[in-house]
Amino acid sequence: MAKGEIVLGCLAPHPPHVVYAENPEQNEPFSEGGWEALRWGYHSLARKLKGIDYDCIVVLTPHWQTYVGTHFLGLERFQNISVDPIFPNLFRFNHDITVDVEMAEAMHDAAAEAGIITKMMRNPDFRVDYGTIVSCHMLNSSWNKPIVTISSNRSTSYYSNEVMNAQAAALGEAVMKAIEASGKKVVLVASHSLSHRHFVTEAPLPEDMSREHIYNHSQYVWDMKLVQMMREGKMREVIDILPEMIEQTMAEAEGGGLSWMMAAMGYPDYPAEIYGYQSVIGTGNAIAAWDPNEATRQLVL
Amino acid sequence: MSEEPEIVLGLYVPPHPHPLLAPEQNEGWGRLRDAFDTCRQRIEESDADLMLIYSTTWPSIVGHQIQAHPKPVFTHVDDDFHFLGSMPYEFHMDAEYAECYREACEARGLHARTVAYDGFPIDTGSVVALKLLNPDNRIPACIVSSNVYSNRAEQIVLGKAARDAMLKLGKKVVVVVVASLSNRMFTEHIDPSDDRIHSAKDDEWNRKILEFFDNGRLEDISQLSRDIQGQIRVSKVVAYKPAWWMAATMGQHNNYDGEVLAYEALHGAGGAVIQLTPAKGGVGDKEFDEDDVEYYHGDRSVLDKGMI
Ligand SMILES: [Fe+2]
Repeated sequence: MAKGEIVLGCLAPHPPHVVYAENPEQNEPFSEGGWEALRWGYHSLARKLKGIDYDCIVVLTPHWQTYVGTHFLGLERFQNISVDPIFPNLFRFNHDITVDVEMAEAMHDAAAEAGIITKMMRNPDFRVDYGTIVSCHMLNSSWNKPIVTISSNRSTSYYSNEVMNAQAAALGEAVMKAIEASGKKVVLVASHSLSHRHFVTEAPLPEDMSREHIYNHSQYVWDMKLVQMMREGKMREVIDILPEMIEQTMAEAEGGGLSWMMAAMGYPDYPAEIYGYQSVIGTGNAIAAWDPNEATRQLVL
Repeated sequence: MSEEPEIVLGLYVPPHPHPLLAPEQNEGWGRLRDAFDTCRQRIEESDADLMLIYSTTWPSIVGHQIQAHPKPVFTHVDDDFHFLGSMPYEFHMDAEYAECYREACEARGLHARTVAYDGFPIDTGSVVALKLLNPDNRIPACIVSSNVYSNRAEQIVLGKAARDAMLKLGKKVVVVVVASLSNRMFTEHIDPSDDRIHSAKDDEWNRKILEFFDNGRLEDISQLSRDIQGQIRVSKVVAYKPAWWMAATMGQHNNYDGEVLAYEALHGAGGAVIQLTPAKGGVGDKEFDEDDVEYYHGDRSVLDKGMI
């Protein structure tokens, strides 16, 4: 069996607003659009993904928050309605998700072997978080590939951003071992935004783009700094300054997604493909991808 | 109608699912369950006609969300403790109070909205409290969220708005706060029989807070909120808010008969079931100089006032 590999890594923010704006049949509310810079960026990345041969999508999401270890979805199918607890007016999504349980278990076992506290989630009533759903829907709206969801261990809250970074890195390395041993082709997804300070009020029409802007300029400057470093292939440096960025911008990378994905991918020193940047209710959101295959890697934006 | 709303009882209960789903697995979890049961009985014996819950496990971002679905039905599973089982629920909410609370929030400068959606994920803490304290939906309930960015002024105004709405509708209310004391859990899975408070420091602080509760000194606990946050609260959110809300909702004084019905570890966190009954006369030796606040004026736009 050939060694498994990561065929693409994606930074895929999950504001429910982008799914809301798309009006997919699975989502109950109706919108007049909005956040095109992000949505069109997602469309472009989704087209690229369609041309890639892969077996499953593995997502680390900050909206499945676990304090006791790192958990993995461990049942084959989840059919339910996901209502966003923060933006229920925007996101009430009927989903039918298939999980690659074999891959999830392999990752769980590899992580446990590396000394990471782990747990398989086997409760059939469990509701898959909206971070997973939004990122996966925007990347693959046909839902024709199985996924693995990994929870976000809250080591940032319990210890520090630095401890989060170290633990997420250990998890990334363990996950990479499991991927290699599986022989599968895997897409990794870090589901989160960059700067993460929200407005605490919402426009009467949430998609009224005349009201949308970044929360403050320092958030924007940090976001642009990170995007620039991604373009330059400085991912080791990005991860090194991430604790400071999280501190300054409440960045959602605190959940470990980017640190985990970069460790699994060996801290790419090649340029990231940038697909879009836009604020959503004040937060900074960038869509980026790391393509290990030089022949298909593009300068997108 | 009197000038003060009629608050029959105040309860402070833990959010963890263990007393609901696994009281038999650990003696302490069982004692917490017994304490919940005692409170349930006392609520039944009271003539309360509304249970108002403030839950620290329901975060909000867009202002303050108030549950207004008359009959929410779903099956909830906890993110961490999914292996303890599912929590199917069907509750009875007081939609009229929810709307009135929202209006009262807006009148005091807060951004607030009601939520009434099928399948809305009611949080673990609220589900545990409602299932244990109000199992037959004897009295209608209402739940208010905990805004992740809000701080003292906003929380106090949120509490006062709850009172305004109680007064307007003439409700007799059981006020329930769902929160841990110390909130650091063990980061590994433990055998239930090994559960204990995470550290001696957490335990000492918990016991000091319980002493205050026992003496009915709710307003003093509210005034100590920032110290409590710094000492025994994992920095998941910016502040220890439940005491601010509870004290503001219950009248900002120390005139209660306090009773700590149980105090136990819940995977390392401090879980207590506490009852406060309004009484005449109170104790306390603390006066603080933080201003009381009636109306929320929002951010002070500090960043806009200088150069960056
Ligand atoms: Fe998020």
